[in-house]
Amino acid sequence: MNAPEKIVAEDALVVAGKPYRSRLLVGTGKYRDFDETRRAIEASGAEIVTVAIRRTNIGQNAGEPSLLEVLPPSRYTILPNTAGCYTAEDAVRTLRLARELLDGHALVKLEVLGDQQSLYPNMPETLAAAKTLVAEGFQVMAYCSDDPILARQLEDLGCVAVMPLASLIGSGMGILNPWNLQIIIDRLSVPVLVDAGIGTASDAAIAMELGCDGVLMNTAIAKARDPVRMGAAMKLAVEAGREAFLAGRMAKKPYEASASSPRSGLIAPAKAGEPKGA
Amino acid sequence: MSAPIRVVLNGAPREFPAPLTFSELIDELSLAGRRLAVERNGEIVPRSRFGDARVADGDRIEVVIAVGGG
Repeated sequence: MNAPEKIVAEDALVVAGKPYRSRLLVGTGKYRDFDETRRAIEASGAEIVTVAIRRTNIGQNAGEPSLLEVLPPSRYTILPNTAGCYTAEDAVRTLRLARELLDGHALVKLEVLGDQQSLYPNMPETLAAAKTLVAEGFQVMAYCSDDPILARQLEDLGCVAVMPLASLIGSGMGILNPWNLQIIIDRLSVPVLVDAGIGTASDAAIAMELGCDGVLMNTAIAKARDPVRMGAAMKLAVEAGREAFLAGRMAKKPYEASASSPRSGLIAPAKAGEPKGA
Repeated sequence: MSAPIRVVLNGAPREFPAPLTFSELIDELSLAGRRLAVERNGEIVPRSRFGDARVADGDRIEVVIAVGGG
């Protein structure tokens, strides 16, 4: 009986016209080494992996393996990001370099931060960068606050996906405002992915149950005691949450219990006024 | 005969004894064959131009690679 697997396979995440089987996107930072990076990402089943762009250490890395040898672009969709950028200008420059680095690849993750303590997105700069990048032909997946109006503005500017935070980057605090996420999911047409704040598998499942199109995470896997095992757990959580969303949960009935077993045929039938069995 | 050139490479001052192309620069830095991208004074230098584009005195050059990040 492999019906659930079939459903998952058919239920593709479509970003910028391209289908992906996995709705889990992962970062590549904070791992002990490239081998752990490779094994955890393999276990997660992620097809889209995000990478940072940094100055090369001149004269210090001859012969060292590079990240893109461990995660070859032939196998993974590499999603260059602008982590660490605090202005629209720096983000745009970084992604132009990324496009050159990846042979014209257009799909990018835009993230413009507001301050070094919170890493909260600077939305005016994010919107400005998105406008420039879309005009230059980039396919922009934008990390953003969970403000429904600003999320909508990113969609209106032509972003191919909008990625509100669940909580602060790397905090592992889970989904702090499901109501805002729900409004964004309901009102946007482009895919909405929760990006940042996931701490454990249930957080990812809740995001997917809300109706998110996907989840992007890094620290929750990389800083688990066993990152490879957590990669696998997140794969299951995202799939389970998605299936539950598609299945449609039962209605909540806060003031009414409902027995799962027949009420008749008991060997000791309840008399009027006595409690009924569950 | 040709004068040395001074550039700022990845934020640090660097001097070369003579003018050179970007291909020669990449070789000089032992980065040949690596997947990288180059920016000069805020503009991309496409890899297809490495052979003929020349590093000029005073250039601010960035050489970047992909690294782990979220």
